[in-house]
Amino acid sequence: MNTKGIEPEQIRYAEWLRWSGWLGLAVLVGAFGLYVSGVLPPVIPVEHLPQIWGLPSRELMQRHELEGGWSWIHSLGRGDMLNLLGIAILSGCSALPLLAVTDIYLRRGDRLFAALCLLQVAVLVLAASGLIAPGH
Amino acid sequence: MIDSIGSRLQRLARPGSGWRAASPAGRGVRRRVVPLLLMVLLCPELADAAPGAVETSAAAWWVWPLALFVVCFFLGIIAVPAGVGGGVLFVPLVSGFFPFHLDYVRGAGLLVALSSALAAGPSLLRSGLANMRVALPLALIASCSSMFGALLGLALPDSVVRIALGIAILGIVAVMLLARKSEYPEVPSSDRLALALGMNGVFVDGASGQQVAWRMHRTPQGLALFLFIGVLAGMFGLGAGWANVPALNLVMGAPLKVAAGSSSFILSLVDSSAAWVYLNNGAVLPVIAAPSVIGMMLGAKIGARLLHVLKASVIRRLVIVMLLFAGGRALMVGLGIGI
Repeated sequence: MNTKGIEPEQIRYAEWLRWSGWLGLAVLVGAFGLYVSGVLPPVIPVEHLPQIWGLPSRELMQRHELEGGWSWIHSLGRGDMLNLLGIAILSGCSALPLLAVTDIYLRRGDRLFAALCLLQVAVLVLAASGLIAPGH
Repeated sequence: MIDSIGSRLQRLARPGSGWRAASPAGRGVRRRVVPLLLMVLLCPELADAAPGAVETSAAAWWVWPLALFVVCFFLGIIAVPAGVGGGVLFVPLVSGFFPFHLDYVRGAGLLVALSSALAAGPSLLRSGLANMRVALPLALIASCSSMFGALLGLALPDSVVRIALGIAILGIVAVMLLARKSEYPEVPSSDRLALALGMNGVFVDGASGQQVAWRMHRTPQGLALFLFIGVLAGMFGLGAGWANVPALNLVMGAPLKVAAGSSSFILSLVDSSAAWVYLNNGAVLPVIAAPSVIGMMLGAKIGARLLHVLKASVIRRLVIVMLLFAGGRALMVGLGIGI
């Protein structure tokens, strides 16, 4: 592809996004294979899924004593929880490209867009933090 | 395998014998794909697949996820020629015809839209069709509001969300039917905010080879619109491309291709923020999210190859009918009216 005339930050962002997106998808596909094949036992047995996938998320978490936020990270050896790693990578894969292009903006003296990138990263971090939850 | 499926579909839908012509090849595609989709939509057994009926289902656990994968595969095929994102098709159809709770459907919908945006994003950025100076300010506003939308959607009763979703889907149909598209809007001058943000550029139109200089205006109005769009995206798990493109193109004056490209980039940030809220609140089930994402991405890969042979207007009409049906169904389920 001819990238002549395209701003360097767009090229850099594209490259970082490409690799991080593919990483997330690869982890998701691999983890899902391990999950449905039964190689990694899940937290919720697959045979119970039809009984719970119609429940609201809050009720499901209460029924199976699941905590929200990042609690799944402690159960990566379980098939269903490992999938959440792939999903987390996909959801967070824009953060690194944003940080990568902040450097270009700063070196160019474009503090406004450097600030926008950092603010966007802050929003993603806040979203990922688990601090945001609906009231009960 | 994807290549052989794509090649086979391409042979069935050869140029001049595709959806528009009455050739055996085109009729073959219509005979196979359209009835399958309509069967999925209209099958009476699926009408009972609303959440709550699932306890009486005797189907093995893998049946519904497999069906979901197949449906998403076909949605991915038609989404590209129809010019709609995966999310806007996924949420109304899956919530209406699968036994999954709306929480997980919306969580998966965001991931489906996000994955499509991530797949397309790099090439759009490298070609200049996505413009970071346009997208970043708007994405920042919309990603903040999408978190609020996600919280609101998770906190509201299911019936209220379904009614609102039904209304939103019917509104989307109206936008698809009524919104004009302007390939190169006339922008007399940029406003001060657009100038400060550097919302202008030059792109090379791949079709004509021409260099097109463009600029934008009505930036405050655009920011306000994206605030609202973010809420909708987070609340309903929709991709919001259906709103981004008209907002960028018709309101702010971006060329249509730049609007579409930048919309994809904006989506990748907005849907990420909302997806985290769903993930952290237990509203992402891998057995629903994974086959949806994988099916949609495989289908989109084939759909992109068929872009040149399928008549987009026919696919678009099919999509509008599907959305009308799904939106109406969401309204009726939310209002407790049985079908």
